[in-house]
Amino acid sequence: MSWLRLLAALAAAGVSTLASATGFDYRLQPVPVADGVYTLIGKSENFSRDNGGNIVNTGFIIAPGGVIVIDSGPSKGYGEQQRAAIAKLTGKPVVQVLLTHAHPDHVLGSQAYPGVPVASLPATTTTLTQSGDALLGNLYRLVGDAMRDTEVRLPNAEAHDGAVTIAGRKLRLIAARGHTDADLMVFDETTRTLFAGDLVFFDRTPTTPNADIPAWLTTLDAIDALPFAALVPGHGPLLRDHAGIAQTRDYLRWLRDSLQGAARRGLDMPEVLQLPVPERFRHLAVLRTEYERSVSHLYPAYELDTLPTIPRSKPK
Amino acid sequence: MTKRLLQVLAGLGLMVGGPVLAAAELPADPLNSPAWSTIAGRYFKGQPVVFDARVKVIAPASAEDPLDVPVQISADGLADVQEMLVVADLNPIQKILSYEPLRAQPSLAFRFKVEQSTPVRVAARTRDGVWHLGGVWLSAAGGGCTTPSYGSADPVWQTRLNEVRGRLWPADDHSGQRLRLRVIHPMDTGLANGIPAFYIDRIVLSDSKGVMLARLNTFEPVAENPVLSFDLKGSGAVQVSGGDIQGNRFSAEITP
Repeated sequence: MSWLRLLAALAAAGVSTLASATGFDYRLQPVPVADGVYTLIGKSENFSRDNGGNIVNTGFIIAPGGVIVIDSGPSKGYGEQQRAAIAKLTGKPVVQVLLTHAHPDHVLGSQAYPGVPVASLPATTTTLTQSGDALLGNLYRLVGDAMRDTEVRLPNAEAHDGAVTIAGRKLRLIAARGHTDADLMVFDETTRTLFAGDLVFFDRTPTTPNADIPAWLTTLDAIDALPFAALVPGHGPLLRDHAGIAQTRDYLRWLRDSLQGAARRGLDMPEVLQLPVPERFRHLAVLRTEYERSVSHLYPAYELDTLPTIPRSKPK
Repeated sequence: MTKRLLQVLAGLGLMVGGPVLAAAELPADPLNSPAWSTIAGRYFKGQPVVFDARVKVIAPASAEDPLDVPVQISADGLADVQEMLVVADLNPIQKILSYEPLRAQPSLAFRFKVEQSTPVRVAARTRDGVWHLGGVWLSAAGGGCTTPSYGSADPVWQTRLNEVRGRLWPADDHSGQRLRLRVIHPMDTGLANGIPAFYIDRIVLSDSKGVMLARLNTFEPVAENPVLSFDLKGSGAVQVSGGDIQGNRFSAEITP
């Protein structure tokens, strides 16, 4: 039996060295964006057991009166490790969590911040109330053990469009829509850093499960006009120019035109799934998977536009 | 009594002769499905079966929406296809549809509800009675068959039941025309708690002279508000008529 005890001892030693009780080490490395502003850059992949769901960019601002967290990540373990990464840089407590939108990779780490107000746009809270458990269940299926103990913690405060001062830091909260029906952007006036949420992707194919492409394109024009010095996209590398906006716009326009054109030619979904994607998008991460998902999300509405209602005739 | 006797005989046959016959005559399943012998016994018992690369199922590798998985079946290059049968091995209701492309190409697009990851197969029966099989594995989070239809929770469908939308497109290669249809119907499987099965079970396409062009029998797994694409050989207006298992009927004329 001694070899069993040895194994148990080794296992215990292994657990104690890990950063979190969940056992999954996200190896979060804050990337400085500007003075007191950081982002945690996730992988440009799909959810997997290997990445623990960390396919997302989150961020934080060290303000005079405490730390403001923008998006809490895909799991309780991620949120805890995000909190630990912040604590290595500042002794100030986290005083506010802001959630950009209701997708699970952005919001499921909020359990790591008990007692800290978590704010989102009201429609985000509505979506999480209705669909949060389904989104959570899906992530458990895709990511597995890194999700351990993760539950949906609903926001307990409302964010609204406009200027606010949080912990002594002037922020502009921007309520928009397009990626979902409620997309919150956070603009730090001090450093002119824009946390764009999933309204901007870069070198990673945009996702569309709740997208409204015309609204999204309108929002991208508004983002283009913002005086940002740095832009943290929801997915993909940190930007200091407008390339992410242009790329997201280019892809969404192509997607819209391609699907609309296919519907007008009378194609059915399995045929649309096989259409080629132009060369200029081939370097985008997870392109084929996300294109296929987008066909499933968006094509039914485009094809219905091409099918007129037939007046009822008497059955023969 | 005769029927009962036949059932008993069939049962004995399964127990005594079945496995031996299966081992001797059934080709190995390229999809390596755990349900292959069940499927073969249920739908192709005593009939010749071959796996044929010309018979294809086109579907996404993964079901983004388990309630609405798009599938296209085709048997291009196979002459004299009499019937095309589509089954999903691991769905609680396996048979999705059967299609007779009388004056149509042996191809059809539709959507269905998937309960879990499963092989999706099409079997095309030629005039000589041989079933030619093709298929793919579909990965799915599932739950599509046991989820209530949206329609069952929304009284609006009652006023729009069997409403038809549709349009004809000339085929790119001038070989005929494509008909696309959408019919409003909840297509309830009967597997969601407290909601009985209620689905369209037949759609017939005819030309303006009443000549039948194609006949489709649909079953519970076909997606709510079915969207279908037929590739017809002729041209001109198409008369669509169909009905569901409660006797509601619909009819519509689609003009080019």
